[in-house]
Amino acid sequence: MVRVLERLGHTVEFPAGQTCCGQMHYNTGYQAEAMPLLERFVAQFKGAEAVVVPSSSCVAMMRDHYPIMAEHIGKPELTAELNKLLPNVYEFSEFLTKRLGLTDVGAYYPHKVTYHASCHGLRNLGLGDGPQQLLRAVKGIDLVEIAGLEQCCGFGGTFAVKNAEVSSAMLAEKTNAILNTKAEACTACDNSCLMHIQGALHRQRTPVRTIHLAEILASEDGAVIA
Amino acid sequence: MSGTALDPRTAPTFPMAAHKLMGDTQLRKNVRHATDVIQNKRAKVVGEMPDWQGLREAGKSLREHTMKHLDVYLEQFERNCTAAGGVVHWARNGEEAKRIVIDLVKASGSNEVIKIKSMTTEEIQLNTALEAAGIRPYETDLAELIIQLGKDQPSHIVVPALHKNRQQIREIFQREMNLPDLGNTPQDLADAARLFLREKFLKVKTGVSGANFLIAETGGVCVVESEGNGRMCLTLPETLITIAGIDKVVPRFQDLEVLLQLLPRSATGERMNPYNSVWTGVHPGDGPKAFHVILMDNARTEILADEEGRQTLNCIRCGACQNACPVYRQTGGHAYGSVYAGPIGAILTPQLQEMHHAQTLPYASSLCGACYEVCPVKINIPEVLIHLRNKVVKQNGPFGPEALAMRGMAMIFRSEARFRAAQRFGRMAETPLVRKDGNGEGWIGWLPGLLGGWTQVRDLQEMPKETFRDWWEKRADAKGGKHGN
Repeated sequence: MVRVLERLGHTVEFPAGQTCCGQMHYNTGYQAEAMPLLERFVAQFKGAEAVVVPSSSCVAMMRDHYPIMAEHIGKPELTAELNKLLPNVYEFSEFLTKRLGLTDVGAYYPHKVTYHASCHGLRNLGLGDGPQQLLRAVKGIDLVEIAGLEQCCGFGGTFAVKNAEVSSAMLAEKTNAILNTKAEACTACDNSCLMHIQGALHRQRTPVRTIHLAEILASEDGAVIA
Repeated sequence: MSGTALDPRTAPTFPMAAHKLMGDTQLRKNVRHATDVIQNKRAKVVGEMPDWQGLREAGKSLREHTMKHLDVYLEQFERNCTAAGGVVHWARNGEEAKRIVIDLVKASGSNEVIKIKSMTTEEIQLNTALEAAGIRPYETDLAELIIQLGKDQPSHIVVPALHKNRQQIREIFQREMNLPDLGNTPQDLADAARLFLREKFLKVKTGVSGANFLIAETGGVCVVESEGNGRMCLTLPETLITIAGIDKVVPRFQDLEVLLQLLPRSATGERMNPYNSVWTGVHPGDGPKAFHVILMDNARTEILADEEGRQTLNCIRCGACQNACPVYRQTGGHAYGSVYAGPIGAILTPQLQEMHHAQTLPYASSLCGACYEVCPVKINIPEVLIHLRNKVVKQNGPFGPEALAMRGMAMIFRSEARFRAAQRFGRMAETPLVRKDGNGEGWIGWLPGLLGGWTQVRDLQEMPKETFRDWWEKRADAKGGKHGN
């Protein structure tokens, strides 16, 4: 992501104090534990021209839940900072297509790839086919569509552990759909889905890899896969 | 007559029930097939509506408005229904509702009732109570009849026998209707049910129904259905008893314009239900001579009092969320241990039970949002699930292994130094579990304790030797610049 943004002429900064958006805590029911992480986020990123995030579910957490959380915390200056910051928080593909209006970022990736639409990107952020537009503009790529594009991979954070069996069955459908495309790699805008999918593809001893969208867009020589 | 009722108070946890059901490949095939068919039909008839999103918004506003003024509309309904010749009863809970029904049936001089499919009567296990009081209930909806004869339980709020296929239904009919030579075409099965039910329609003097909507403005009650059995139950008996949750009221007759577009398209993928019945009180020489409505609370007032949970009451019971839910589609409805299955069940059941008996239900979701996307009245089910998870966490207190782990992680995330240390420690701690694969990459194939669910079917790649932070700082050093900002 850094490579792509710098290639496009942007200055990237990385606030070293950043940690976690608190999604895992919030979604599992530990709202109280997530509150300080919102305050931390605002302290770390306030004043940024744009905050670019390589994970659609983290952005969904910020957009959908941070305003409600800030209301609960009840500090007016925190709410004010958050309100200034949030319109400038973007998921990576969204930043490229919506804020910068780009589809071709000069990448070269001569491989057969399928795209997995993460639920939060698809439904909460409404990314639509923005990520596919970016992928289609990559030179050399063979983008193949997956069956059941809108189906969840079964990760769901702690769901994968608490309901491991149901999660596994959902995942099996997803990996079957990926294998049916005969793609060399599956890409997405969210590393958590990819970690989940990669875990099963590796266990099944398939050579198919997962790769984040940013890694494909960063590739200029196309020499390595993942 | 009915099998062991689905009861959240005695049901196994969701993961345990799911484990058992997921071994039933026939059931999973049936559920998958049926939900696929309904979803495709729904998508088609929703797709042809240019103003679908506007309609959803209207449905949501309508339901929100009604809930905000529920007391006013309920009393208005009572007044208008009474004026039209109906008798309105109020029931605080399921026990009171059941007692009222039993007393009314006995007073009607009958020891049998014909029933229209009603989830509210399933919620309070009315049939079991009727049987215990010596009253025989006959379900007249085809799917409910299959459930009743098969001593089974409903697994879907609209299509309760969706987990059964035609062959299984034929076997139930052969056995229970004593029809050894019954064929297995849809026509054969429908004919058998029709013959069996026709006799009950003509003989039984008392009918019991639920309600899709209660109309405050007119005191009328609305039921929609596909088979015509409902129309029979509403017109043939001498006494008609309707049980409805207090959430079923709508302000005006005109509001049905919105709801009767949203409901059939979402529920069965039909533009309109084949039978739409609205009846108001009693009319001499036409239909039942006595008409009773029981308005049942059964924890709905508590749900209404919960600011974040109350949108659950906006539900119009279309079941679209069940068909869309990838979890429901894997397990079927019985895993939810309640007559309300799927996403709506995962939020409704714990609230009807004050959570004690249904703590695993709010976690029976990957929060993928497919339910919210199809909900005709835009109930943000994932948001309510998260709200209920928070209640579960509070109920379980701070000392369980999960709570301790979560607090530990939250502590790490609150400090950069601790975060860095945790990354270093993680790399060290995972070392004994990491095995090299054929490509020389490190993978973990087994994890202990709570995390073991992950490694049942998945590996976990070892943490990278160089984190993003390491790479970022090394690069900055090479450039002679600063690390952060």
